[in-house]
Amino acid sequence: MTAGAIVAHAPARRRLFPSSLWLVVPGILFLLLFFVLPVMRLLTLSFQDPTTGAWSLASYWHIVKTDVYIRVLGITFSISGYTAIFSVLLGYPVAYWLARMPERQRGPLLLLVMIPFWTSYLVKTFAWTIMLGRAGVINTLLMSLGIISEPLSLIHNRFGVMVGMVHSMTPLAVVTMLPVMIGIDRSLVDAAKTLGATPAHAFWTVYFKLSLPGLTAAGLLVFISSLGFFIVPALLGGRLDTMLAQLIITQVQELLNWSFAGALAAMMLAAALLSCWVYDRMFGLSSISGQSGQESASRLRLVAQHVLHALASVSARLADLMRAVIGGQGTARLLPAAVWLVLGFLILPTLVVVPVAFTSSQFLDFPPPGYSLRWFDTYFSSQLWISATVRSFLVATVTAVLATAIGGFSALALARSQSRWNGLIFGFFLAPLIVPRIIIAVGLFYLFAQMGLVATNAGLIIGHTVLAVPFTFVTMAAVLKSYDWRLDQAAATLGANRLSTLTQVTIPLLKGGIVAALLFAFITSFDELTIAIFISGGITTTLPKQMWDDMILQLNPTLAAVSVVVSVVITAVLLAAERFRRPA
Amino acid sequence: MAHQTERQATTAPPKLRLEGLSKRYGAVTALEPSNLQVNAGEFLTLLGPSGSGKTTLLQLISGLTEISAGQILIDGRDQSNTLVHQRDIGLVFQHYALFPHLTVAENIEFPLKMRGVTRDEIKQRLARALEMVHLEELAARFPRELSGGQQQRVALARCFVYKPSIILMDEPLGALDKKLRDQMQIEIKRLHRESGATIIYVTHDQDEALAMSDRICLMNKARIEQVDTPHEIYNRPKSAFAADFIGISNIFRGTAIDGPHGVRITTPSGDFIPPAGTAPGMASCALVIRPEHIRIGAGTANTARGGVYEIVYAGSETRVLVALPGEQRVIIRLPPGNAVPQIKETITFSWEPDAAVVVP
Repeated sequence: MTAGAIVAHAPARRRLFPSSLWLVVPGILFLLLFFVLPVMRLLTLSFQDPTTGAWSLASYWHIVKTDVYIRVLGITFSISGYTAIFSVLLGYPVAYWLARMPERQRGPLLLLVMIPFWTSYLVKTFAWTIMLGRAGVINTLLMSLGIISEPLSLIHNRFGVMVGMVHSMTPLAVVTMLPVMIGIDRSLVDAAKTLGATPAHAFWTVYFKLSLPGLTAAGLLVFISSLGFFIVPALLGGRLDTMLAQLIITQVQELLNWSFAGALAAMMLAAALLSCWVYDRMFGLSSISGQSGQESASRLRLVAQHVLHALASVSARLADLMRAVIGGQGTARLLPAAVWLVLGFLILPTLVVVPVAFTSSQFLDFPPPGYSLRWFDTYFSSQLWISATVRSFLVATVTAVLATAIGGFSALALARSQSRWNGLIFGFFLAPLIVPRIIIAVGLFYLFAQMGLVATNAGLIIGHTVLAVPFTFVTMAAVLKSYDWRLDQAAATLGANRLSTLTQVTIPLLKGGIVAALLFAFITSFDELTIAIFISGGITTTLPKQMWDDMILQLNPTLAAVSVVVSVVITAVLLAAERFRRPA
Repeated sequence: MAHQTERQATTAPPKLRLEGLSKRYGAVTALEPSNLQVNAGEFLTLLGPSGSGKTTLLQLISGLTEISAGQILIDGRDQSNTLVHQRDIGLVFQHYALFPHLTVAENIEFPLKMRGVTRDEIKQRLARALEMVHLEELAARFPRELSGGQQQRVALARCFVYKPSIILMDEPLGALDKKLRDQMQIEIKRLHRESGATIIYVTHDQDEALAMSDRICLMNKARIEQVDTPHEIYNRPKSAFAADFIGISNIFRGTAIDGPHGVRITTPSGDFIPPAGTAPGMASCALVIRPEHIRIGAGTANTARGGVYEIVYAGSETRVLVALPGEQRVIIRLPPGNAVPQIKETITFSWEPDAAVVVP
């Protein structure tokens, strides 16, 4: 740089208080060390011979030439793809309905999506085993109504996996689509109508078109998250529904074949990155955050417009037909009816764990033959369960503080800087969301094995912090975006120095966001299983890990009691976060 | 154009007639039952403070809001329950509501496509509309690539292109700065003259209303206060609110009493002679005098004294603010060249009885 001469003239304190972008450095170093490095290391392992360490493509060759692995890849993509499609289909009306609400009504109703969003995957999946089993809720109900005489096989097959996956992922789809939909100017639809568009044309050619970036972003995120899923297929699937993540776990835990696990992880990561790249080409990744992306090439635009017009004409006919059959009033009630059906699907099945937790029986039968507190007794008097619970609380608390500090300072740095690197850094902090968790977990396991951090609280905290940072970062960035920095300037002109401005003005005003970030990070850690599977072991287990071990071994009513405890904790934390997030 | 000939024909129904139109949201009344007639080719402004019901009225006419009671007749036909997209109304939105995913040309074509206009005709009408608002070169741009004034023109072209029976404009110039606003006012007046369209225009800016309208419909507290030409409404306000809202007014509240020398308005600041023909017996009324009708110095009829507390220089005039005993304040407008009094000076001022207006 030629700036040397200029800098020499600048006051010396300029160098003591450099650009606020420096605040982002600790966060970047943390993610480089505990996210980028382990993932890269795992990928290089895939190109090495497990015994000699020499460069080799043997692991990939092994995948290609073994039927079973190709089939698992195919199953993983097909389950993930269908999950993405169904989650978006179910999520779209809910997001549309929420986006239309006045802001004050939306808050409480949004909780109906946020609670299932944050509810532990383990609890959700466990609930479905009770719902779908041979003697489960659905079969019992249908048999007692005389609709069927033989129990339907709803579990340990593709149907069970899809129900569990879609149920797990629909909240994510809604939460991703919602900001884009809220950002759509409602008066555009009104404008279309005054210009002569039927409600169907106004919806498809204007609203739907403008919501497309949100819709595809939701599909993308669901697809990527599904790629790394193992809880649902392990508990609800049959042998033919094994997914990639399950294979990776087996390779690492049972066979210690790092090279092969690395190769499988590389396939998964490549699929994830490829879908991100395709999305970026089509819409631009920035559109996820609600900014309008660029318009695609003109030929494609015209085709898209024609398709939307055709869709509009078809649905206008359909709407006319509906109005003729069930009347205008009935048609107007279709949307809320569909939305409540979806919300019911998201919330009600999980509630089934509550009566089961209080059963007096040894088994998970429904309805319970009698009620008792014996399973809560078992939980509270078990040394194993209690120490796992205490550990989970401890790890989650430290993770919350660490992740909020990293995410908060990084978001602050970006909010205060005009650097051209901002976009890139923003993406970097979101990257742990895009890379499937299983890859991060296996990578960290390898790294921690060398550092002696396996089966330590520190290892768990670091791993959970990597996963929680995107959430704290986004939460803080959102709060800082609406923060009026002129208030800081006002404080300065009124005589406050930098420190008192920070403690007396900035932090009190950002308090809501900070508390919300802490709580989100807390939930992320408290509910985390993937990293815990590898990093926690033996007696240093966490609550989700202990649940997982129990579930694999034998489903029992203690799990229902634990599920209730976990759900109560998470719901309480979530309600607290919602309270604090809103400015007083 | 057809609109003009209709205007002359007295037998033709008015373009728009509202009968007892009202809107309620639960216990809140957004619009009291209101009657209004708008003639073909007329430029009518809905003027009022925020929350006065003018936007509600506009939304009801457009069909975007359902009416609670009453009737909307367009060209004599009841359109009260016609769906928005079948009502053939044009609405220019406050923030333009241009479709961000469509180009300027596609935005303007949108209403024509929705009406199934043939491709050739779309082409012709698009070209004419672009020419009308001088945007020929920008047809392929997206709205976000345009300035505020240009976006406004696109919104206008998109509305005029399909010749709706009535064009509604919801504070269309609210987002523009003063200079551009003045320019667009002239532009809209020209479009109105050239197209002969019937326009209902919402604004809270009284200067804009006075400058643009054939008639002003003044609204306050969810009801219509007065409907008149700008000249009438300025010179003959029918209420203290109308006098106060449009232009600057000096308002003396008092009672009209029949005395030995004729009717007098008794106010805390003294007794004044009202304009000829004022009926006595109003227990509560107000005497309204425009600042330009007051001159400094004693007069033959109505004279008062007060202390000058502020002088405001406004270029083409100087305003003298006078405090009278009690709470009464008076503004006097001095044309350039007049001697300006000093602050704290006590002055005498006067006005002719017929320059004032008495309102209830």
